[in-house]
Amino acid sequence: MNAASGGYRRRPLNWRGGLAVGAFLVLWELLVRFKVPGIATVPGPIESLVVFWNKYATQAAYWQSWLASFRRVLLGFVFAQLLGIPLGLLLGTRDRFRELVFPVIELLRPIPPLAWVPLSILFWPTHEFSIVFITFIGAFFIITINVFDGVRAIRREHIWLARSLGASEARIFRRIVLPSVLPAIGVGMTLGMAVTWNVVIAAEMIAGDNGLGRLTWEGYVSHTSTVVIIGMVSIGIAGYLSVLVISWLERRLAPWRD
Amino acid sequence: MSTATEARHGGLSVRRAGKIYDPGGAAVVALEECTFDVAPGEFAAIVGPSGCGKSTLLNIIAGFDRLTSGEVLLDDAPFATSAIAPPPGPDRVVVFQNGALFPWMSVLENVIYGPTRQQVLTAHAARDKAMDMLRRCGGLDTAAERFPGQLSSGMQRRVEIVRALMNEPRVLLLDEPFRAMDTVSKAAMHRHLLEVHALYPKTVIFITHDLEEAIYLADTVYVMTTRPGRIKRALRVSLERPRSRDMLASQAYLEMKRQVAADVHEEARKAFERGERELA
Amino acid sequence: MGAVLRSRKFWLMLAGYGLVLAIWYASVKWVPLKSFTRMPDPLGVIREWMSPEPAYGISIFTAAYYKHIFASTLRAWTAFALALGLGIPLGILMGWSSRFNAYAEALVGLLRPVPPLAWVPLAILLLPGAEAAVVFVTFLVAFFATTLNTLVGVHAIDADHIRAAKCLGATRRDLLFDVIIPGALPQIFTGLQIAMGAAWFSLAAGEMIAAQYGLGFLIMDAYNLIQYPTIVIAMGTLGLMGFISSAVIRQTGDRLMRWRLEATGSAR
Repeated sequence: MNAASGGYRRRPLNWRGGLAVGAFLVLWELLVRFKVPGIATVPGPIESLVVFWNKYATQAAYWQSWLASFRRVLLGFVFAQLLGIPLGLLLGTRDRFRELVFPVIELLRPIPPLAWVPLSILFWPTHEFSIVFITFIGAFFIITINVFDGVRAIRREHIWLARSLGASEARIFRRIVLPSVLPAIGVGMTLGMAVTWNVVIAAEMIAGDNGLGRLTWEGYVSHTSTVVIIGMVSIGIAGYLSVLVISWLERRLAPWRD
Repeated sequence: MSTATEARHGGLSVRRAGKIYDPGGAAVVALEECTFDVAPGEFAAIVGPSGCGKSTLLNIIAGFDRLTSGEVLLDDAPFATSAIAPPPGPDRVVVFQNGALFPWMSVLENVIYGPTRQQVLTAHAARDKAMDMLRRCGGLDTAAERFPGQLSSGMQRRVEIVRALMNEPRVLLLDEPFRAMDTVSKAAMHRHLLEVHALYPKTVIFITHDLEEAIYLADTVYVMTTRPGRIKRALRVSLERPRSRDMLASQAYLEMKRQVAADVHEEARKAFERGERELA
Repeated sequence: MGAVLRSRKFWLMLAGYGLVLAIWYASVKWVPLKSFTRMPDPLGVIREWMSPEPAYGISIFTAAYYKHIFASTLRAWTAFALALGLGIPLGILMGWSSRFNAYAEALVGLLRPVPPLAWVPLAILLLPGAEAAVVFVTFLVAFFATTLNTLVGVHAIDADHIRAAKCLGATRRDLLFDVIIPGALPQIFTGLQIAMGAAWFSLAAGEMIAAQYGLGFLIMDAYNLIQYPTIVIAMGTLGLMGFISSAVIRQTGDRLMRWRLEATGSAR
């Protein structure tokens, strides 16, 4: 089971962890205060918070960046599920199809999603489409492979049993294959969501005109490092919230798992 | 090679041993007033239902766990009390239920691990001793360069026993070692264990839930109650050594089994009704 | 070999590739939409890639091509080496000491939600030069994957193995080298493969955003200079390098974990 998905368990309050985080913030603030070389160009946590509160929390443009990024993430992610899940199911259940299509997927998979940006821009009529396409690529391969693995892991005995009891292929698919791959779909979604955010941010930096990634990049370009920090923290929170929602979904899909 | 004198070490005395898990919270009493003696070189079997605490007792003797009351004496010296928790060591080696050979080392490397790590033998001497022991214990020397993953579970268990014996332990602790095996393999393992015990007579503590296995192998069978565990009954096995399978049809055997079975079944039924799970 | 050539699997695979190439070619040449006609076609790309005098300066015969490949590969492997040098010890420490884990887990949890590529601007500000920034971001991705998988690997070690080693007289140091590391190695290698793949993804993006040479940079450069076949060449090369790197790691793992191979017929 891939460790990058980061499940959530209820556990006693991690005071040590809180201490570590606190120490980290204090250290950061001190490094800036004492103008340690290299760090001096970057604002401390307090300053960042103040600037954020005064200039960004109230501005509509800031929250619109959130919306823009979220919309791209959602669209790309949903399309990836809509195409990836059926494709994964087909690959897992139809041997001929798999032998035809899987090698192509294996060939395309190592190409980094962002490498598709220029072709994407050339091809799609609008910038928005091209960014959503990149987002889609990021999540698509992950969900397809996960669903495919999920189907392959189904115990043959279950299928044989159903056949010997007289179930039709359609019935077997609906009652055995689909429920069995729900956990795999869940995992694919969780992994896909983290990657999707990563991809959206970079795509916006390279080719976007709005969104949280763009905001961060503009902060860099205009030498306003405060904005860079604010942008990063915003992205982190947005990504975290998304993964939280998807993890919740994953648990609903497969409540019997750890 | 081994004589009766060598087996004089390893006398174990368990006096009113008690173990409570999570005393401030759930307060699960695993052991209570557990008392019995094992003479040097004796083969003692402990029989009891799942979750009765027999593994806890073994863990305490092995050094993986700690007493909350009572004491254990090894060769008449206080060895474990609520204040003293001896660390695991080569004087009390364990053979585990699901096998604990290191999969990434060959059979030979596994077997020489103990003496070489403790620097009791040089690698060369350890290798010689290992090959000799492996050969005596059923021709296992032919598998010396294989990995555990390539061996059957029966062979794995046999190698693990050799690995334990290489350390000249005072006590050999076997935690339901044949539990996961089928009847045929189990029977072969019984014969093997008896042969090995004859060759290298150590004090043995053998945990099992199988009464027949216990009587067949041991000198003394202790029946443990369900949780909280205490010794309900001790049976001196009157069968002669070397044991043979036709003894299983003998009057003496059937009589012993009859005496003890009622106790064992009563405890098993109690445990079943409670829905006990294995503790350790 | 004969069996492979005769197998249905082999021919279907070729058919799959052929189908995709055919669709690509047909759509570029025959669909009357600008979207399609602007795209480079497969034959053009291959011709360019294999030409001794490429129209846009990048082919298997030009030195510039290999310079870009070398730059990217060096960055990827440097970042990867750093990631495993730091990530594996950290993962082992986190897996072994629950106290240390409590501290580390919170910090990692704080930093993890930030997508690695969001670090690029900050990295450029803090580190001397774009080169260090790109390698840093690549390192970060590989580092998280390595640490987490190492942690999982250590936790997955059978407690009985540790107990057995203790019985046999192992010191803490022995435990670490004889049981923990070999025991966690399979999961560690899974993590390394994921880390390598993620590293190449991150590297490509980092190069596209902030570098002066390398395969990612080549993609953006070719786009800006309207050298479209080169875009596809660079994309394909990126994919290939990523694939080869992961394969190297997998082979190394197979070699180190010979015992797994022998036991189950595969190191997975």
